[in-house]
Amino acid sequence: MLLIPCPWCGERVEAEFRYGGEAHLKRPDNHLLCSDETWAEYLFMRRNPKGWHRERWMHLAGCKRWFYVVRHTQTHRIAAAYKVGEAWPALPA
Amino acid sequence: MTQAFRLASGGRIDREAPLRFLFDGHAYDGFAGDTLASALLANGIHLVARSFKYHRPRGIFALGVEEPNALVETGIGAGVEPNARATMVEVTDGLIANSQNRWPSLRFDLGAAADLASPLLSAGFYYKTFMGPAGAWKLYEWLIRRAAGVGRAPDLPDPDRYEHSYAHADVLVIGAGPAGLAAALAAGRAGARVLVVDEQVEPGGQLLNTAYAVNGRPALGWVAEASGELDRLSDVRRLARTMAIGAYDHGYVACVERAVPVPDGRVRWRERIWHVRAKEIVVATGAIERPLIFDGNDRPGTMLASAARAYATRYGVAAGRRAVVFANNDDAYRTALSLAEAGVEVAAVLDLRHDPTGALPALARERGLRVMSGHGVVGSRGRMRLKAVEAAPIDDPSNRQIIECDLLAVSGGWNPALHLYAHAGGKAAYNTSLAAFVPGIPADRMTVAGAAAGEFTLAQCLAGGARAGVEAARRAGFAATHPALVLDAPEPDADLRAGPLASPSRGGKRFVDLHNDVTEADLHLALSEGYRSVEHVKRYTTLGMGPDQGKTGNILGLSVLAQALGQEVPMVGTTTFRPPYHPVSFGALAGREVGDLVVPLRKTPMDSWHEEAGALFEPVGQWRRAKAYPKPGESMHAAAEREVRAAREGVGLFDASTLGKIDIRGPGATTLIERVYCNNFSTLGAGHGRYGLMLGEDGMVKDDGVTVRLGPDHYHMTTTTGGAAGVYVWIEDWLQTEWLDLEVFLTSVTEQWAVATLSGPKARAVLAPLTDVDLSVQAFPFMAFREGRVAGLPARIFRVSFSGDLSYEINVPARHGLALWQALMESGRPHAIAPYGTEALHILRAEKGYIVVGHETDGTITPMDLGYEAMVSKKKDFLGRRALSRSGMSGPERKHLVGLLTKDPARMLPIGAQIVERPSEARPVPMIGHVTSSYHSPTVKRGIAMALIKNGRARLGDTVYLPLLDGPTLAAEVVKPVFYDPENARRDG
Amino acid sequence: MRRYSFVQLLRNAIGLGDGWQQAWRSPEPKPAYDVVIVGGGGHGLATAYYLAKNHGVTNVAVLEKGWLGGGNTGRNTTVVRSNYLWDESAGIYEHSLKLWEGLTQELNFNLMFSQRGLVMLAHTEHELNEASRRVHANRLNGIDAEILSREQTLAFVPILNGSKDIRYPVMGSSVQKRAGIARHDAIAWGFARAADALGVDIIQNCEVTAIRRDGSRVVGLDTTRGSIDARKVGLVAAGHSSVLAALAGFRLPIESHPLQAMVSEPIKPVLDTVVMSGTVHVYVSQSDKGELVIGAGIDAYNSYAQRGSLPILEDIASAMIELFPIVSRLKVLRSWGGIVDICPDASPIIGKTPVEGLFINCGWGTGGFKATPGSGWVLADTIANDRPHPLAAPFSLERFTSGRLIDEHGAAAVAH
Repeated sequence: MLLIPCPWCGERVEAEFRYGGEAHLKRPDNHLLCSDETWAEYLFMRRNPKGWHRERWMHLAGCKRWFYVVRHTQTHRIAAAYKVGEAWPALPA
Repeated sequence: MTQAFRLASGGRIDREAPLRFLFDGHAYDGFAGDTLASALLANGIHLVARSFKYHRPRGIFALGVEEPNALVETGIGAGVEPNARATMVEVTDGLIANSQNRWPSLRFDLGAAADLASPLLSAGFYYKTFMGPAGAWKLYEWLIRRAAGVGRAPDLPDPDRYEHSYAHADVLVIGAGPAGLAAALAAGRAGARVLVVDEQVEPGGQLLNTAYAVNGRPALGWVAEASGELDRLSDVRRLARTMAIGAYDHGYVACVERAVPVPDGRVRWRERIWHVRAKEIVVATGAIERPLIFDGNDRPGTMLASAARAYATRYGVAAGRRAVVFANNDDAYRTALSLAEAGVEVAAVLDLRHDPTGALPALARERGLRVMSGHGVVGSRGRMRLKAVEAAPIDDPSNRQIIECDLLAVSGGWNPALHLYAHAGGKAAYNTSLAAFVPGIPADRMTVAGAAAGEFTLAQCLAGGARAGVEAARRAGFAATHPALVLDAPEPDADLRAGPLASPSRGGKRFVDLHNDVTEADLHLALSEGYRSVEHVKRYTTLGMGPDQGKTGNILGLSVLAQALGQEVPMVGTTTFRPPYHPVSFGALAGREVGDLVVPLRKTPMDSWHEEAGALFEPVGQWRRAKAYPKPGESMHAAAEREVRAAREGVGLFDASTLGKIDIRGPGATTLIERVYCNNFSTLGAGHGRYGLMLGEDGMVKDDGVTVRLGPDHYHMTTTTGGAAGVYVWIEDWLQTEWLDLEVFLTSVTEQWAVATLSGPKARAVLAPLTDVDLSVQAFPFMAFREGRVAGLPARIFRVSFSGDLSYEINVPARHGLALWQALMESGRPHAIAPYGTEALHILRAEKGYIVVGHETDGTITPMDLGYEAMVSKKKDFLGRRALSRSGMSGPERKHLVGLLTKDPARMLPIGAQIVERPSEARPVPMIGHVTSSYHSPTVKRGIAMALIKNGRARLGDTVYLPLLDGPTLAAEVVKPVFYDPENARRDG
Repeated sequence: MRRYSFVQLLRNAIGLGDGWQQAWRSPEPKPAYDVVIVGGGGHGLATAYYLAKNHGVTNVAVLEKGWLGGGNTGRNTTVVRSNYLWDESAGIYEHSLKLWEGLTQELNFNLMFSQRGLVMLAHTEHELNEASRRVHANRLNGIDAEILSREQTLAFVPILNGSKDIRYPVMGSSVQKRAGIARHDAIAWGFARAADALGVDIIQNCEVTAIRRDGSRVVGLDTTRGSIDARKVGLVAAGHSSVLAALAGFRLPIESHPLQAMVSEPIKPVLDTVVMSGTVHVYVSQSDKGELVIGAGIDAYNSYAQRGSLPILEDIASAMIELFPIVSRLKVLRSWGGIVDICPDASPIIGKTPVEGLFINCGWGTGGFKATPGSGWVLADTIANDRPHPLAAPFSLERFTSGRLIDEHGAAAVAH
């Protein structure tokens, strides 16, 4: 049970959240004209790193905001949480 | 003979509270404060169990959680608990306990034949035999399973209750021994909110088992003062009988609290799990003594030195009359001294080390004990009970002497209990002089203190505990001064370095893992066969995989491997500790989430009415929905058909409250709706609704429902019952992270509105008397919305239809749902209104060919597959549009939604039946589709079915075949998926 | 390879045997191999074995960063079945099941493959319909499958809660009688021993640190035990597929999640088949030692931690008690976590990659154990012939571009 630092509400238990997977996926510009390969990259391909991961969470049982978390996928340490539109905090070394 | 081994005085038992219990049918006496193990030992009973594999006689070996042998069954009937540790069972008057895994009796167990065959049953033997002939494993397995298991499962449901509780702490201290108490005091005095959990009945840890002194007085006096002070601190809480079983992420620790046992067993709850979230955790879990490897090291009467000492000190029980102590470290001398002081004859202290020079060996010698350094036990005698040991110099093992004894106290040094530290991600480091793993790379939010940190003297424990408490409080934001405690705990200098862990072998059985009967020879065999990784050895031999999870045996196993491989222990590695630290019942893990509470049950506001009307319910996700309202003696199917007829010919009433509902408003609302539905909504005027189809970004149908435009910038969206939460989260996702240009607000209002759907040609007649809204076709056409009052209640009326007949969906605030329903039923009475359930709903919609997401779709179906191509807008962009133009989304391989009519109108197609092109072919047969929905239609009076068939729209009029399971192959004609009123005359009228 | 048999066991027991050989050698890596398989789990070892046996390709190395079978092979609940819905899945899983049926004898290693049957419970009408769809499809695909009524189900699994008055009463089930369980470690060890005997080098404690390319073609690997040249490389490292793909310069449609399982303390036999329930999400069997082996759900978030969270275990405990009320006073002995690589369609990826000569086998999610021999068979064939084996062809990476997914999510709520 992770402790997720919601940037609006503070630390809350994971049960209050929905996980949204990798953050900052970029929908292709002019996506209706892009190639099938480009579309598949956007739709399905993921970094899935073993290490620091920028990911999306939604505080469903709270403020219902989607936001971003920097979490380590091996230690589960959380380095930062930030709102949509905020500058991306650097990944820890 | 009653309690012949009870010492005349001493111990923390209550001699004023005698009690009687049964073990294997014999009555024994004990005292309040005894464990089953101490009470049995007081009666001279060591033999309590048979081992798992060889069925060797086994005795009580340890003091508590680390017990590998003494697993017993307690209770009777539904109250049976298998595999209870005799060392942890608090005896109550009338307790019934029985030995396990033996037949016909504990003393005479036919299973012991396995011991004779043990040369055949070496490690991994089962991988090498029982292989032929092919398929014979079934027979072998049947035989092997006769021997499986240790305890028996109860055959009745559990009568007891289990609880879950939640706690938050600045500092969680695990363990109330000297280090834990010191840590708790330090943190508590600093003002931190402290929770102290300890698995024992009372605080003190090892101080309960050994007579130490603090500040010149008996240590237990200090324990009482310290726990008294903790209890007076308002932000400190202590939980006894509470064991931390797992440390998880971000300071989350699970602890299991056992109820205080009562003689009649009627506790309010049996076990309670504490879910603790702590800013900082102090692990003061002490250490676990390990045994030694020598020939015949498993006879009843053999036990850990610390346990023998504790039974005397804490329980006033002599575990034998004549003892031999066998050790590789100084601590065991405390046992020799304690036993001697308690009046037990100590025949010898055998020390594997050549020149023990510490103060304790000196003291032992001074007291006249016979210390034999450089000696070890090289054999033992006695079958059901130890009679003698064979002692020999380790450099000359054949030079044996027999020492008669009925108690052998062994000590191979101590292992810090690092389980929780490892759960939380800590990485242990090997300390060569202690021959033990100690904390290395720290775990998140965790400090290890006392014996768990390899601090084995009392003074170290007290100081280390206080330091850890200060540190933890500081990290949790409290300024603590250091040192907070001034404690003086003198003790003889003890050399706690562990010597060798094994005596020389003379060819006997040398157990490393007592529970699983894993011997040193098994480990050597595994190595010789190339299983060199510690994990391979563990799995090949089952080392450490029994109920004790290797608490006493693992490090012995590692030392054997290290020696055999000529490597240092840390090179061999260690196996990973996994939760739980000690086995935990399913009941405790489940807590109250059993029976009716296993999953939350959602009911609609009209649910009580359905229940009174005798409705049959069906689960739909967490909801329960009325499936049909059978009259007495009526089957569900008959009821559903009657309900269909009512809704077609007269009027029916349906509870649609479970539909997902999202209120959408704001200047960007229309744009948002346009983006999430694949069909056009831009032309939808206020006061009207439209059926919408939602696709995932993969182009597949995700959800559907009617969305009504309440006002220029205000919509009421409905979703499927099961899809409600997912759709809401998904739209919020797009809105908040991608469509920052839109100013729209979503509110999930599923439970704010109760919905009753009137359906059938007489719907208007039923509704009209209750409302001021003009219901005429001209004033209120199909797909229109009106706001008004119904039965005096504020209502939104949507003229939508999922039955294909005239239909009004009436939404009222949830609290009025039941009143609305009752008013509609009352108003409908002259028209013979019938409530209808989900079964009738499905028949009605299937007659019209309306899809249900999850029936006609399964995540692989596009709108084109459904024949909804016309709905898919070519003019706008919407979610999923790009995916629809991929190569796999078109062509003759795609499945289309079609109808099926059996050639024999009386035949019904089973839902799920697969469709083939030709009637009979050898398997495997290429399948071209399957039946998605199938009902007997009372309206068209025949079986009707919907199906997804490859290139189905090109097959209209064709005959396809459906081979049924163990039945005939049915022929059916492919038709359009509309069976009733294709012109929609009834719906729109 | 010295054969295992009862006679050998007996001779060694009475001291007349000549001892046991090493099950496999521990060679130093050679500078070059024809094929290198990265990943010494069941799938990787099976691939190497079938390369040698079926295709005569014996200059093969299997590189394992830890110990053989230490990933998901050693961390699963050992269910073997083939009753999958879609033809493509049924094809590869049934091929695998058929191999399982003769594998103990072929490998001369007792895999304890116990065809004790597998029951998938239906608690709702919708689940009954789904079961009907799957069983109809299985039969037409030549796979054994049956529907059991409520009464038949309760007779087949007597400890099930038979009450109708519970939240999720048993309404019926589907059963595959040829399904069952096997001994997880044995499949890795058996393949390792047999592959080794055919000349395959099995190299443990050897982590790949780089995948070397010449243009678009793979030419070798850098490892913690030196550089190794190879014309062909197979990546078979469940739980770390994305990490290896990143070394080779491409991404996969995979997310890695923790999947937990647990065992109870050993008890006398109470359950002689495998039971799965989608609604209450449990799959459970009883090992020959007496432990109930129980699979739990996955945690929602990406993780490589090989450990999961407590709520998942609590959920599984309440589901177990709901199905089997007698377990309430039994105890959970041990829980553990594996890392499962999950594809968007819950189906695996087997075949070529964007890098020439580099093949991949991954994405088995929660269901890879049962496919071990089948997956090794088709990947070996694919590598040896440089084109997808017909059973592997539908599982290409390319399907994510075309959209021809094989979606087992919708088909089975529990994909184990």
